[in-house]
Amino acid sequence: MKAVEDAKQAVQGAASAVMAKAVQMAPDSWMPGGKPDPLIRAQHGHVGRPISRVDGPVKVQGAAPYAAEFPLDGMLYAALVFSTIAKGKITALDTDAAEAATGVKLVMTYRNAPRMKPMPLFMTSEKACGGNDLPVMQDAQVYWNGEPVALVLADTQEQADHAASLIHVAFEEEHAITALAEAKAKGVEPGQFMGQPLKFENGAAEQALADAAHKVDQRYTTPRHSHNAIELHAVAVAWEGDRLRVHDATQMVAHSAWSLGHVFGIAEDQVHVTSPFVGGGFGGKGLWQHQVLAAAAAKLAGRPVRLMLSREGVYRIVGGRTITEQRVALGADAEGRFDALIHTGTTAMSHHNVLPEPFILPARSAYATKTMKLDVEVAYLDMVANTFMRAPGEAVGTFALESAIDELAHDMGVDPIELRLRNEPDKDPTTGAPFSSREVEKAFRDGAERFGWANRQAPGTRREGEWLIGTGVATATYPYYRMPGGAARITLTPNGAAIDIAAHDMGMGTATAQTQVAADRLGLDMAQVTFNYGDSTLPGVVMAGGSQQTAAIGASVMAAHRALVTELLKLAGNDSPLAGLDADEVVGVNGGLAKIDDASAHESYASILARAQRNELVVEAEPPSPLETTHWSMHSHGAMFCEVRVNAVTGELRVSRFLGSFDCGRILNPKTAASQFRGGIIMGLGLALMEETQYDERSGRIMNPSLAEYHVPVHMDVPEIEVMWTDIPDPHAPMGARGVGEIGITGVAAAVANAVFNATGKRVRDLPITLDKLL
Amino acid sequence: MPITINGSPVPIPSDPRVSLLDLLREELHLSGTKKGCNQGACGACTVLVDGERIVSCLALAVQYDGRKVTTIEGLADGNGLHPLQAAFIEHDGFQCGYCTPGQICSAVAMAGEIARGMPSHVTGELDSGTITLTRDEVRERMSGNLCRCGAHNGIVDAILEVYGTADARVLEAAE
Repeated sequence: MKAVEDAKQAVQGAASAVMAKAVQMAPDSWMPGGKPDPLIRAQHGHVGRPISRVDGPVKVQGAAPYAAEFPLDGMLYAALVFSTIAKGKITALDTDAAEAATGVKLVMTYRNAPRMKPMPLFMTSEKACGGNDLPVMQDAQVYWNGEPVALVLADTQEQADHAASLIHVAFEEEHAITALAEAKAKGVEPGQFMGQPLKFENGAAEQALADAAHKVDQRYTTPRHSHNAIELHAVAVAWEGDRLRVHDATQMVAHSAWSLGHVFGIAEDQVHVTSPFVGGGFGGKGLWQHQVLAAAAAKLAGRPVRLMLSREGVYRIVGGRTITEQRVALGADAEGRFDALIHTGTTAMSHHNVLPEPFILPARSAYATKTMKLDVEVAYLDMVANTFMRAPGEAVGTFALESAIDELAHDMGVDPIELRLRNEPDKDPTTGAPFSSREVEKAFRDGAERFGWANRQAPGTRREGEWLIGTGVATATYPYYRMPGGAARITLTPNGAAIDIAAHDMGMGTATAQTQVAADRLGLDMAQVTFNYGDSTLPGVVMAGGSQQTAAIGASVMAAHRALVTELLKLAGNDSPLAGLDADEVVGVNGGLAKIDDASAHESYASILARAQRNELVVEAEPPSPLETTHWSMHSHGAMFCEVRVNAVTGELRVSRFLGSFDCGRILNPKTAASQFRGGIIMGLGLALMEETQYDERSGRIMNPSLAEYHVPVHMDVPEIEVMWTDIPDPHAPMGARGVGEIGITGVAAAVANAVFNATGKRVRDLPITLDKLL
Repeated sequence: MPITINGSPVPIPSDPRVSLLDLLREELHLSGTKKGCNQGACGACTVLVDGERIVSCLALAVQYDGRKVTTIEGLADGNGLHPLQAAFIEHDGFQCGYCTPGQICSAVAMAGEIARGMPSHVTGELDSGTITLTRDEVRERMSGNLCRCGAHNGIVDAILEVYGTADARVLEAAE
């Protein structure tokens, strides 16, 4: 079977390589984005203005309803019991006391749970989004330490929690692989990410390294991380006959509806998932076992159910970012040009998920080099399925790569910015595709000037009292993604328009920015545009992930808008000032359509609709496949500058200044985009300074499942963070914009570590940089 | 005696295990007060009791017999926004909005603590009688309210705009 699978993958890989080459060779004009979005030229509309969030008032008043805040008639509350072993069998389940407890309506275990299929594993098909593909409370087998083994339903949360504490479970343990060393000793496998091997070789990199005039060759390690959105994962479900209604906290409503339908053997349109407000996601708010268990329990009890995970529960059943061990080796000639770039290493994952932390992604496109070797190997552990967390790959991969570049620069006595710029590629180093837009040098030069980079001193030479002060820099990088599956509907009325798309706003500012965009595209005021999202019955399958929503929604609305204009021109007919024009010759302006170069040839939407005796016009369309991401190499970049103060006596480390200088295409809303950049940087400070999901290698159990013991940056840890951007539109992206949600976390840990080296002369290659490593 | 919540009397719950947070959210449907950890670590459930900030998840509702509780829903006069709520919008002091009610309630009470001369870890002069609301004072005193989206800069800016130049009398009135 293995050979057949391998052969199949090889054929698919070869076919996709041929296709990729064909797409790269095709003329620009055949590509989506081949002709720049006309909105890029518009400079006097809503786009580019720092408009406050459209959902601001309800959020500051506590009036925005999150998933756990939809009371349903007759609703029961759920509580979970988790396994305390990593692998084995349940040998006894004592649920009598729980069943007899006040208010308890149901105790569900594998013995009475309804028969369900496993969740379809994320990315194994278009709409599959299960965090793992294990049986959900279907048998006595235990697969990870923290797996749900019993669920209680009661009239109140207090009753459910108490009853759950009365359940006793006995286990027979089997040997589990919970230590990385043992997992590696059992053999590693090549990592795969989105169907492609995490492997690339160009030339004899090891030999080039050996022969290089200057070289570094170091090992870097990063721990597990948890998303820790402040909103706990929560779901409220109700069965209406064979239809399932789900109030969820999710960044993938349409995927969830389809996947839950698959689990329960019903069609996706029998499942209605809504998620109007999500209290933070960062990759963690997907489909995990709690939604399935809540729906199963609701079915058994015949009552609606709400299940809000405890904070410990989130750690037990929702995976986070996994551990990495990385080697980065750089060989350079006398001028600092790279002869060899080697980035390899190992990550751990469970047997039941799809994401090996792809830490080599930044190295694929960041630097020119004569030879390259990239490789991610996977060791398998019996642990909670790890998953996507903000910039999977780039967040921790840039720590290793950008630390190594700083080490090489120091060894060579070259400024680390100059070393990076000497290795700027003129085309994509791995695919050979031309860059759609790449302003790395501008980001560095502008950032360096504002930060005062020129004032930097030699390592360990700047001191104020007990405090050693240093500065560091690193490259941030994240790709432009646009996933297939987009679609949008526009409903135009005489007074305005509604945009409908099954996308998400978890605080990124999606609804605000997309209202600005739609208003400009249609020539309406923002108050005339309603942006509807977070509902699986709306068109499109648009995940809030990969920083792709700006492009995915943008392209979908562009497609729908073109269909709308085409239809309007038909309705306008020969009596209109627009008569004879086609969709390419008009723009939305002043509540109607006008000829691009002659504003006097204008007719309002109200007039067109009235003459056609229509109250509204509804169109829906899908954008073309995202071939632009293959035809061009599309990446955002940033230059991250950090100043740290390290206490020479205690080792205490404070980040005193941080500046991010970004090149992310056009910025749609400077206010919300700045918050996305800062938010990413602050999560990056956590990655650098304090964050670690502590995992007991003996038992496979997470030891700090609490916000008291997993430290995230607090106000006192966060300095004023400066952000700036080139604002140069990407001619091949909708609106000229690339997403801004994830790039902020990339490069931060390296910028901090490099600043720590500059302050102290100590190089920390193991995250987080806690004070014990500086003493 | 009842608990007074946003000016209205509310009977204490019959189940003594019910936290003030769950009373608000589940029985009164005042879901503006958020549950982020249920163990006093995140500050999302911060409410005001007789003008002082507490984490309502670690408070049993029955303990608040006869006390006055103010939640995010009761902060503004009438239907408008409290000045701090407006400043949070202007300075983008939130993204997902989940920690926001706790941040705002916490900041309102913090301003009262400053007015009463309660020092913090970063207060320099302890005998001067007045405390200046500096950026560091705000950061130190707000560190019990976690924000994972990273809106810290905007939160501090919003608080400084509303309370930074206010004299002690105004701060007292914030309680």
